[in-house]
Order: sequence, then C-alpha cells, then structure tokens
Amino acid sequence: MTSPRKAVALISGGLDSLLAARLMLEQGIHVEGINFYTGFCVEGHTHAIRKKDKKKPKRNNALWSAEQLGIKLHIVDIIEEYKDIVINPRHGYGANLNPCLDCKIFMVSKARQWMEDNGFDFIISGEVIGQRPMSQRKYLLPVVMRESGADDRLLRPLCAKNLAPTLPEREGWVDRDRLLDFHGRNRKPQMALAKQFGFEDFASPSGGCCFLTDASYAKKLADLWQARHEKKYELDDIMLLKVGRHIRPKPNYKLIVSREEGENKYLSGYRKNFTHIETTSCGGPLTLIDGVATEEDIETASRIVARFSQGKNEDSVTVKITHINGDEKTVNVLPMPPSEIKQEWYV
Amino acid sequence: MSSYTLDARNMLCPLPVIKTQDKTAELKRGDTLAVVCTDPGALNDIPAWCKINGHQVLDTRETGDEVIITLLVS
Repeated sequence: MTSPRKAVALISGGLDSLLAARLMLEQGIHVEGINFYTGFCVEGHTHAIRKKDKKKPKRNNALWSAEQLGIKLHIVDIIEEYKDIVINPRHGYGANLNPCLDCKIFMVSKARQWMEDNGFDFIISGEVIGQRPMSQRKYLLPVVMRESGADDRLLRPLCAKNLAPTLPEREGWVDRDRLLDFHGRNRKPQMALAKQFGFEDFASPSGGCCFLTDASYAKKLADLWQARHEKKYELDDIMLLKVGRHIRPKPNYKLIVSREEGENKYLSGYRKNFTHIETTSCGGPLTLIDGVATEEDIETASRIVARFSQGKNEDSVTVKITHINGDEKTVNVLPMPPSEIKQEWYV
Repeated sequence: MSSYTLDARNMLCPLPVIKTQDKTAELKRGDTLAVVCTDPGALNDIPAWCKINGHQVLDTRETGDEVIITLLVS
C-alpha cells in the first residue's frame, strides 16, 4: 500500500481555504495547514483589547478551521521577513497599503520552502479566479506560481478546472474531475459547498483578514512613516496603530489616547517605552507620546488629555507626566476646548 | 518530567499560540507548560492548538486580567 500524497494548505481562517483543504481531504490526500502571522492579521485584536467587546467570541480563525478539518496547523511568525513586502512591494499596493500580490507570492514561497523541508508534495490555496481585485485576477495567478517558485505544485482546488492542469492533477495524485470551477465574486457556490460539508459559523467570507486593507489603519501607518522620514516599523508600532485615538498636533510627536478601560490596560504595557500622561484629579485616558516632544508640546498634550478626561468641563485638571527616563512631574492644566483640537490633528 | 512557565502577557493572539508552539517543540513528552496570557482569546486558541496537535490541556484559569492555560506535552 502506498502512502497518501501530502499537501500543505495555506489556511487563512476564511471560508475558501477551509473548503479547498476539505476537498483535498475528500480525495484521500494527507493535508496539514500552514498559517503565517505578519502582525497585520486582524484576528480579533481590537476585540481582545477593548473592554466593551469582551463578550464577543474570540478565536483564531485559522486554528478553528484546522479544528474543523481535523488537521495539524503550523503557525509561522514571519513578522521580520514580511517588513520588506510591506515597505517595498514589487507589484505595488492595492487601494490602501495592502501589497496583496507580493504578499501572496511571499506566502506561497514560504509554503513551498516548508513543503520541501518537510517532504510534502504540493501546496493548496483557496484562491478563486476573479474574486479579489488585486491578487486573484486570472492573468496574475501564473505570476504567483512562477515568482513563488511553486510552479505547478500549487493547486487551487476551488477553481482548478478553469486553469491548466497542475502536477498533482497530471500525475493522478488528485482527480481533476472532482475539482471545481468557481470564479468571480459571487459567493453562493462557496456557501452551498460549506452547507454540503456541514461548516457553520465560519469567518465572514468576504471580510478582509489584514489591517493593511483598512483605510483608517493604512492612513495611520502612512502617517508614521511620514513623521519618521523613513518607511520602517517594528511590531510594537503596528500593534499600537490598532489602539486608541491617534492625534498629531505637530509633525514631531503624536498622542495615542486610550478610549476605554481595556485600551488603558493594553497601553499600560507600553508605559516604560514612552513618555506618558495620566490624569490624577479625575478619571481619564492613559496617553502615550510617540516622538520627540518639547516641554511646550507636552503642555499641549496634557491639555488634550484633560479634554478626554472626566474633568473636561473643569477649569483645571491635574495630570502626571512620566518621562521615558522615569522622571515624573505633576501639573494642573486647563482642558483644551474642542474648537482648539483641529480636525486635521486626528490621524 | 519538568514544569515550565511561559510568559505571553501583553501579546495578542496568535502570538501566545506561536510562543506555545515554539516552547512545546523544545520540551519532552510528559513535561507541563503553564502559559500566562492577557489576551482572553488564548482561552480558546491554546486549547484548540493543543487539540489539533495532540497535547492535553490540564487546566485553564482566569486570575484578574490574566488567563493561565496549563498543558501536558504529549
């Protein structure tokens, strides 16, 4: 008896990758999942931080998919390597700062490497021709195969019948007749297949899974690069872009103002790395100052913090300023009137 | 058989899972690992990871803002 052929499935946590892997399991292929963590993955981070969202169910959708499929999942941290994809995408950005085509090429390339290192035979992806505007156009699918080095070891079970036969099909490892011919943005075929397989409660089928596709987030990242005069980031930078109000009164500094208790707690984990401001005469937000702020800037920042505190209508609010070197200073400030907080300061 | 603790506080999922995955790879069968997290999502994710990778969850606890998941490397 021969061992089953082995495929590594790119599992994003969405419906398409779940269905693609399931189709391969149906054909007796040994499937293991791989999921890449870039730092920009949505995965309920906002829910995890914000107290008001605490009751919403939280789960990693890729793990959930693997659990439904009964397969192993390998989650790979690609944070460092991924920076170059975000900063210098060869194929450019989509509507925001999403380098979708470069991202897909990179992830398939990493999966190919994993396949070779672990003695697997081919790669499965849940792509569907024409479903996404940037990375899933028909003429771009061969680009992913070529530039990732996966070539014809990359099989897209959901739309394989619309594409040339791949190695697993030609070699008879999988039966091409049992693959599908999905195309376009219509999700009904996927929904019907999910029902057929008994999958319920899967992640939003058309929802993005990456913060870089989000206009508001992309604006914050672009602001960060502009303020620092270089396109670079660390993991903490991109995590903090998910939290709080970001207010930039001057190019040399910005405030990250927590919006509620959960964000206060999350930002408190960063206090040692930033000059920060807390109100002491009343409840108020923990605020981090990112950048190099002068004494005058810190006074402005303190007045803004007071505006977002429970003492916003008082004549004076006491704030404690803790510098990054640990020096503390307590001052009384007049909360800044809303009319003085310029709309363009909000990032 | 030894007991280990992994500090995954102030990390958001899936980082606690990745750290658990990496730490578990260094341990021996029968060792236990207590993973301390602040992301409540870990309460679902680490047991899910254990289930698909054949490890056993011995205990899950919530203490204030922290969740502690103890697993047996199998």
